[in-house]
Amino acid sequence: MMRRLLAVWHARNLEFLRDRGSLIFTLLLPLALVVGMSFVFGGPERALFKVAVLTDDLGSIGHPFMTERYVDFIATDDAGAAVRKVARHQIDVLLDVGPDGARYWVNPDSPKGYIAERMLLQADPHAVRQPVSGDAVRYVDWLLPGILGMNIMFSCLFGVGYVVLRYRKNGFLKRLHATPITAFEFLAAQVLSRLGLILVVTTILFVGTSYLIKVHSLGSPALLLLIAALGSLSLIALGLTIAARFSSDELVGGLLNTLTWPMMLLSGVWFSLEGSPEWVQVIAKLFPLTHMLDAARAVMLDGAGLTQVAPQLAYLGLTTLVFLAFGAWSFRWRTD
Amino acid sequence: MSPLLEVRNLVKLYPRVTAVDGVSFNVNEGACFGLLGPNGAGKTTTIEIMEGILPPSAGEVLYRGEPLGRRFRAEAGILFQKTALQDFLTVRQTLNLFRGLYPQGYEIDELLELCALQKLAERDNRKLSGGQQQRLLLAVALVNDPAILFLDEPTTGFDPQARRNFWRLIESVKARRRTIILTTHYMEEAQHLCDEIAIMDRGRIIAQGAPRELVAGHFADVLIELPRADFTAAARALPLRVIEGAERVEIATDDIDQTLKTLMSVHVPLRNLRIRPPNLEDLFLELTGKELRP
Repeated sequence: MMRRLLAVWHARNLEFLRDRGSLIFTLLLPLALVVGMSFVFGGPERALFKVAVLTDDLGSIGHPFMTERYVDFIATDDAGAAVRKVARHQIDVLLDVGPDGARYWVNPDSPKGYIAERMLLQADPHAVRQPVSGDAVRYVDWLLPGILGMNIMFSCLFGVGYVVLRYRKNGFLKRLHATPITAFEFLAAQVLSRLGLILVVTTILFVGTSYLIKVHSLGSPALLLLIAALGSLSLIALGLTIAARFSSDELVGGLLNTLTWPMMLLSGVWFSLEGSPEWVQVIAKLFPLTHMLDAARAVMLDGAGLTQVAPQLAYLGLTTLVFLAFGAWSFRWRTD
Repeated sequence: MSPLLEVRNLVKLYPRVTAVDGVSFNVNEGACFGLLGPNGAGKTTTIEIMEGILPPSAGEVLYRGEPLGRRFRAEAGILFQKTALQDFLTVRQTLNLFRGLYPQGYEIDELLELCALQKLAERDNRKLSGGQQQRLLLAVALVNDPAILFLDEPTTGFDPQARRNFWRLIESVKARRRTIILTTHYMEEAQHLCDEIAIMDRGRIIAQGAPRELVAGHFADVLIELPRADFTAAARALPLRVIEGAERVEIATDDIDQTLKTLMSVHVPLRNLRIRPPNLEDLFLELTGKELRP
């Protein structure tokens, strides 16, 4: 079995590496995006102030500051996480309104924190200040995992989905079917080939961009690699579920686009989903990409360890199994 | 001796067509069996069911007395009518890929030599000519040194020389006592290669046997050929067995003398007359009533 798997794996690797066009595309597009975005968003952050409020229900808080305009109020019940975000300049002010009056956390080094604090004190001069310190997270630091994750997503879904479709349409799959190889061996070879290539490409991109725009990761590189591997597996398996059966370019293309575009917009590639409507967050939580990016950012920006990202890794592992099982079950060697 | 492959009552139904309608035959070990028939007769459907690629609607195929399974897939070699290979691989890498899928088979260099591909070993698949590509596909089909080799219209689109060369390759496989199943619509190919043939039309087998015996069994000894223009209205009125062609008319007979006398009695000109023994193509046309279209 391993021999057959290796034969197909090796041939697929050669095919990918010799297809210069797609190789260059895989490497250069994300690089250009990261560098480009770092210029575009290199200046001040988005204009809106972000204020987190410790509560379950924003409407129940009758604090005068809450009537201010141009401030995005976000409800949170995790004080620890919110304070860390204040430290990293991701939230400008954290507000806690108790029966005895209001307390707030602010990072004195954050320019937006400074302004937001002025506005707060204007509305409520008796609010009590809790200073927090920490370095700002630049947008580009936050964006890098997003871009790499997006590249992984496209590479997994299209690289596997379209390739299997092409093999089926031109009859190569039918030819393989006439040999002793099983569907599982063929699919495993595709998954492993794509996984290896993606990890190599992503590592090159990560090291390259870190060097180019001086991004540093607080957490362990090995853990990042594990997250990338599990995320890729889940997305490849998702691609296989689509390519397992259909023989129409338009249908498969449409399905792949239907999956990739919402993921690109709603998985938090470009901007954080904090403060977005509940239903958006519920949908976003279904996407493997969301979990991969959450985990990667937790490791890179907050120095999270294995236990902190275990739920995300578990979700990625679980979806991989579900998608693979479905893909293997619905797999067709030939066009009907 | 029990047959290597048994085909029993195969039926393949498609929504609007019955592609195969109750086909049965046996193929003995070491034989070259030809499936002949006009386009759309059900040859490819039949052979793909025999290859285990298409499931039949009814009936079964047995290999060495058992339903097609792992053993069959390990021991069969298949050349489809159309096969694409993986892009960006050389001839040698393609053969390596398929060799890796089987436990037994040829060394790659042997295979390259067998199919006259030595000089093309490092060439990209996509840069091969039609004949070269078909030789590579034959090499792929032979990579496991198959006990049974399926060839679905292997020489369609070949020039005569390439066809002869391909036949020589097949003959070398035959010489090694390998069983071959071949579909073709070149009667000359069937006559040249096959020990036994079955002629299919509209999903059924309408004749089966050794080519020579089939022809002998269906025809009187000879055919008399005349240009159409010479075959006058008076001649048409004669009680003769006539096969009409586009430009020529053929008369089947077992008594040449008598037939020629009859023709002369109505003053048919015999200048351009030709007498020849019937061949497989005549049998085919007689049975199917259709011109062969390559």
